[in-house]
Amino acid sequence: MLVNGVVRVRKSQQPVRERTRFRILRDKLFRYVVFLLSFLILTPLIVILYHISLKGLKVVSWDFLFSLPKPAGEQGGGIYNSIVGSIYLVSLGFIFSVPLGVAVGIYVSERKETLLAKLTGQLSSVMQGVPSIVVGIIVYCWLVLPFRTFSALAGGVALAIMMVPLVIKATEETLNALPSSLREASYALGVSYSRTVLKVLVPSALNGIITGILVSVTRVFGETAPLLFTSFGSQYLSYSILKPIDAIPLRVYTYAMSPYPEWHDLAWGASFVLATIVVTLNILTKVIQRRWKVRF
Amino acid sequence: MGRNVGVRNRLGPMTGDRIFRFSISCSSFLMIFILFAIFATLSYFSFPAIKKVGLSVLLRKTWNPHAGEFGILPFIVGTLLTSFLAISLTIPLSLSIALVLSEYLRDSKIATFLKGGIELLAGIPSVVYGLWGLTYLVPVVREVAILLNKTPYGVGVLTSVLVLVVMIVPYLVSIATEVMALVPSDLKEAAYSLGATRYETIRHVILPYSKAGIIAGIILSFGRAMGETMAVTMLIGNSNHIPRDLFGPANTMASVIANEFQESTGITFSFLVLIGLVLLCITFLVNILGNAILKKTGIVREREVSCL
Repeated sequence: MLVNGVVRVRKSQQPVRERTRFRILRDKLFRYVVFLLSFLILTPLIVILYHISLKGLKVVSWDFLFSLPKPAGEQGGGIYNSIVGSIYLVSLGFIFSVPLGVAVGIYVSERKETLLAKLTGQLSSVMQGVPSIVVGIIVYCWLVLPFRTFSALAGGVALAIMMVPLVIKATEETLNALPSSLREASYALGVSYSRTVLKVLVPSALNGIITGILVSVTRVFGETAPLLFTSFGSQYLSYSILKPIDAIPLRVYTYAMSPYPEWHDLAWGASFVLATIVVTLNILTKVIQRRWKVRF
Repeated sequence: MGRNVGVRNRLGPMTGDRIFRFSISCSSFLMIFILFAIFATLSYFSFPAIKKVGLSVLLRKTWNPHAGEFGILPFIVGTLLTSFLAISLTIPLSLSIALVLSEYLRDSKIATFLKGGIELLAGIPSVVYGLWGLTYLVPVVREVAILLNKTPYGVGVLTSVLVLVVMIVPYLVSIATEVMALVPSDLKEAAYSLGATRYETIRHVILPYSKAGIIAGIILSFGRAMGETMAVTMLIGNSNHIPRDLFGPANTMASVIANEFQESTGITFSFLVLIGLVLLCITFLVNILGNAILKKTGIVREREVSCL
């Protein structure tokens, strides 16, 4: 037996052969259990994917993708406004979160020794765990109560709050991984500090930063909870930043919780579209991660 | 180029640097400010609720806004119960997967396949899990409840827990795999060369070595389970009582907010914000704890690299 790296001889001296047989048996048994449990998780995956495709493909068509929702009781109707809304909201989140996230990431990685950097670094990891529904409440208090209307702006800010910590972490970690020779070479050429960071370090870390941004976009694309009380959802196509706007996950939720069976079918269609987009984004992230990997 | 230098000289040397430094530290301050503002906002809007009943709100058992009774204990119990059950089912599954990925089938095609599948699970949005659970899992749970002579709600604690497990497994797997990959291979090789079987190596070398990281992963996954909203809201059945059995409906802190926030006004609104504040505080503490432990294991990793 191995205990803390020390080989201890067992007190009860069973016949060695019997003991070995038992150990091998235990090893095999353990392996079977581990493999069984591991592949168990593939069952729900396959079942869920099967159901999404089965029920989703029945509904999805060009008409479904490019027409507006119809009132209850009428046949047909699509999710065009939700698709536009989702892209609109995620773009807003992108605009709010990326500059801030990258700047904070640079600060945290550049000024590691300062208290502010340590605190920000810590807090941004902790912020990743803020429940999405709480983000919804906060933005409701900030932007919906004062303006007295649900708005795309509020939805965008809510998504941005979810995205920022991920962007910070990605920026910080990639910058930290860069070799110091890059920075030294730049200084040796007489390049100023700000230019060294902006024109040498950040471009070298671009792969990691873009991956981080894509991960955050993927994550918020499927988020419903922060949008419930902020962008709220709407039946109409809207491009106004101060009006409620729809998103695909919101549409899935509305249709899924409705009492009409035909709306449930539409929910599956919207789910299929949502899952397809998210999975595509996931694969895109992987490809970029692999393709653009700069090695030093 | 020449023009550029001229501009820079007019602004004085290093002005660009100063502006740059100033703006990145400003954004960092902004970040801290946002976090501070989050707590301040929640405290401000939940203040009327706290003023009305004080901290005893945490221990009262009845939630009936129409009668003016506000107790949030059922939701705290609901959240802890679902998260605890989900995490205890998640641990064996995730650790097995992590062992397969980092030990048994390291870098093999099957491992890549399994990993891809788990990433796919992680990518499916919460609301889609909710829809799936509602359509396919609820009838199954209802049948089981009938078999066991329980009231067949279908929706309820058990249904939410099952979906939560599927949602959290990928998260814990990613942390556990990473932590297990940190176990130095010379330790493992030493164990094998002493004649240890794989089980013994896992039991006496790999698991003890990665214990801290795994515990951190469990804590972080627990935090995630508590904050999970949509799927649970759709599946838990929305009953404002302390759950009596696994097949019965309940409510979690997140799901009661999702359900009642939009229609709430006045003092009810204030109490719902208070629930949000409580949820935020719990997940915040859980995350600080988990991250602190993870950071400790990270330091161990750095030291090892420098030793080599």
